[in-house]
Amino acid sequence: MNERNFGEVILDLKGISLSFGAMRVLNNISFNVKQGEIRSIIGPNGAGKSSMLNVINGVYHPQEGEITFRGEVRKEMKVHEAAGFGIARTFQNIALFKGMSTLDNIMTGRNLKMKSSMLAQAIYWGKAQKEEIEHRKKVEEIIDFLEIQAIRKTPVGRLPYGMQKRVELGRALAAEPEILLLDEPMAGMNVEEKEDMSRFVLDINDEFGTTIVLIEHDMGVVMDISDRVVVLDYGRQLADGTPDVVRSNQDVIDAYLGVSH
Amino acid sequence: MSLPPNQPGGQNSETLDTFPKLLLNHAKVRGNKIAMREKDLGIWQSWTWSEVADEVRALACGLAALGFQAGDKLAIVGDNRPRLYWSMAAAQCLGGVPVPLYQDAVAEEMIYVLDNADVRFAIVEDQEQVDKLLEVKEKAPKIEHILFDDPRGLRHYDYPFLKSIDEAQEIGRKYDGDHPGFFDKIALSGSGSDVGIMLYTSGTTGNPKGVVLTNDNVIVTARNGIIREGLTENEEVLAYLPMAWVGDNLFSYAQSYVAGFTINCPESGATVMTDLREIGPTYYFAPPRVYENMLTQVMIRMEDASKIKQKLFHFFMDHAKSTGTRILDGKPVSFMDKLIYKLGNFFVYGPLRDVLGLGRIKLAYTAGEAIGPEIFDFYRSLGINIKQLYGQTEGMVFICVQPDGEVYADTVGTPAIDVEIKIDDNGEVLYRSPGVFHSYYKNPESTAKTKTEDGWVFTGDAGFFAENGHLKIIDRAKDVGKLSNGTMFAPKYIENKLKFFSFVKEVVAFGDKRDYASVFINIDLEAVGNWAERRNMAYSGYTDLANQDSVYDMIQECVEQVNLDLSKDPLLSNSQIKRFLVLHKELDPDDGELTRTRKVRRNFIAERYGPLMDALYSDVAVQHVETQVKFEDGRTGVLTADVKVRNAKTFTPVKAAS
Repeated sequence: MNERNFGEVILDLKGISLSFGAMRVLNNISFNVKQGEIRSIIGPNGAGKSSMLNVINGVYHPQEGEITFRGEVRKEMKVHEAAGFGIARTFQNIALFKGMSTLDNIMTGRNLKMKSSMLAQAIYWGKAQKEEIEHRKKVEEIIDFLEIQAIRKTPVGRLPYGMQKRVELGRALAAEPEILLLDEPMAGMNVEEKEDMSRFVLDINDEFGTTIVLIEHDMGVVMDISDRVVVLDYGRQLADGTPDVVRSNQDVIDAYLGVSH
Repeated sequence: MSLPPNQPGGQNSETLDTFPKLLLNHAKVRGNKIAMREKDLGIWQSWTWSEVADEVRALACGLAALGFQAGDKLAIVGDNRPRLYWSMAAAQCLGGVPVPLYQDAVAEEMIYVLDNADVRFAIVEDQEQVDKLLEVKEKAPKIEHILFDDPRGLRHYDYPFLKSIDEAQEIGRKYDGDHPGFFDKIALSGSGSDVGIMLYTSGTTGNPKGVVLTNDNVIVTARNGIIREGLTENEEVLAYLPMAWVGDNLFSYAQSYVAGFTINCPESGATVMTDLREIGPTYYFAPPRVYENMLTQVMIRMEDASKIKQKLFHFFMDHAKSTGTRILDGKPVSFMDKLIYKLGNFFVYGPLRDVLGLGRIKLAYTAGEAIGPEIFDFYRSLGINIKQLYGQTEGMVFICVQPDGEVYADTVGTPAIDVEIKIDDNGEVLYRSPGVFHSYYKNPESTAKTKTEDGWVFTGDAGFFAENGHLKIIDRAKDVGKLSNGTMFAPKYIENKLKFFSFVKEVVAFGDKRDYASVFINIDLEAVGNWAERRNMAYSGYTDLANQDSVYDMIQECVEQVNLDLSKDPLLSNSQIKRFLVLHKELDPDDGELTRTRKVRRNFIAERYGPLMDALYSDVAVQHVETQVKFEDGRTGVLTADVKVRNAKTFTPVKAAS
């Protein structure tokens, strides 16, 4: 594979601390994300990984620290800002519209890109019609990309878990994000499904140049596909660097393999 | 027989003896007629004959510019994509030979064929196939150029020998402009006796063999088939079977080029059933397992339907069983029965045909394996003219076909046009026809063993002519064996009988030189899974389900039913199944247990599951077994299980009435 070059830092988190009451979930976390890389956040259960993602897309507001996004320093992200600036995400527990088809679910991901008025959309008239055809084309490209043509019209609730995960990824992609946040995209999958998903993550990064921030449990997957990894443990930051650096870090080894006291 | 000019088999058939000539003729005669469709991004895209001719021309010139010479082989690997079909024609335009390969073969399997066929050029579908060929190229250095259809994921591949088909066509258009007259001259220069295509047989034993077929072999056979069934330029065909298989080459390429009808390429392998329904083909081929799957789907869904619908369905299906096939065969039917059938057609048969995608079918073929009589009758009673044929790669498919009105589940019909058949002293079937292959590539010994000096080919199948003049095939000639007590043992015959049960997916029968017959069984995960669900049985996957006692009980009933059937057969009554087991894993081509065309490799399986074989021929009730399995990514793992072995009831042979 070619040497991978990354662009500027597009997201920089400095000294992030987050508490819920007396419960300190994130403690002075600092790392950055560069344009076009696959950045992973790993750690055992309860390490604060999902909280970290929620800070990035503005669901949680940290008490301390600052976030620099696209050169602008701020104390916290706002949800609508995050979405508007091209941050899309998937969820640890699938959050799709179960009764709607794959196609319609992915179409909802285009929501922010729709310009015509609700009324015009409802009666499918004029510009709205043209717009919808364009959106549908984009959605079809995603369906083709994720190889889910066969379930295009199937209600999502009827699909197996691995497929639902793929549809959710499709919906996030439909927003044409700059940064894609994936919360445990491979949880609960078998080896084959994990491989498929890994390939899609790599392909998305490669084909669209999308920056990817990924939370994952499976160390093997993380080490294989990530450019840089940050390791959290009980809200603390244990390590940050390339998979090789992280793998040989003593704190990480202790946290994952246990240490005799 | 006199046919109008430019019709299949018409006056031009003498001069249109190669594929490029046929293509250019269609572009002239029916240039605006749709030759090909493909579903892309959810929409059916189409190409007319003149557009196809232009595409093929550009690709052929591109190949020529890259150095493709007459006599060169062009490997083609991928799903049924229009551009891969055009690649075949492009190679043939230059006097080259297309060699389609099975797209799901792993790299090591491809090395042999690519090396054996002296392939210099390859056209493949996508990144998956490119990766395989790059792997192969290290060990088969004869490959000089690789072209691909779908560029996805290939952007960073930087190899001088790797190009997209688009790029090649670009080069070709320029080359065409610089060399006026080149294409027209070379495309029309071939003749019928030139080699048209090479197809590798999957081979149940040993290395695959390259079957060399001339243009005459392919085109004359295709034309004879068209004449016999009265096919026209207006047929619609869905191309969904592997391009490397001779049947696809005949039905979705050769016959389309001869008759001028339309080929439709599905969106992906997983969407075939939806695409079938959207296209509504008029001419269709499917192996028995496809018809079987469709029927199983219908039955499963009927179980979930409301009581009224179920009643309606069963009433009319029962009526169809007695009346439908008679109507189809043109036999007399009473007025009342006809009326009820019409009603049923409105309520049940018509909608059902439509759901199956067979609403416009004029002719449906099946071949390759025996088809269950119930399955066969089901489709025929719906008014779908499904017929069996008997064929081989070595004979360009057609050897026997069932004539309209004379269709029986247990025979393969009468000889096709210009085909002679004889049975030798050992019971083996031989044939001679215009489709008889030229030779096996670089393998004169095998050629001599299969084809006699005067053109007769040994099929390797044991069979005989029934009283009605139809050929009946029992088994592979070399597989027919004897039990240790001397009784005839036809494993395939037993396997097929069991496979007719919808719960049974694969069967491997043993018995040659043994004391009794016994079987390994693979359950059909979907059918049995559904059955288990309705009984609220919990299971975690195939291995678990296969080992449940209630599943064994049910399979035992199937086995005993087969034994009862066998007991009535004078030849085979002593080869009833004494012991059986349900295998703990599904047989898989990736593990070498099935061929790519999903035929069981009996000896390989017997060796691989040695402990289980021993258990069948002892009296143990449970046998522990460890099996190496290969995952789709090429990694291996070990599967362990405790497999149960059961005895089945056998029946005293029924004496034939004297």
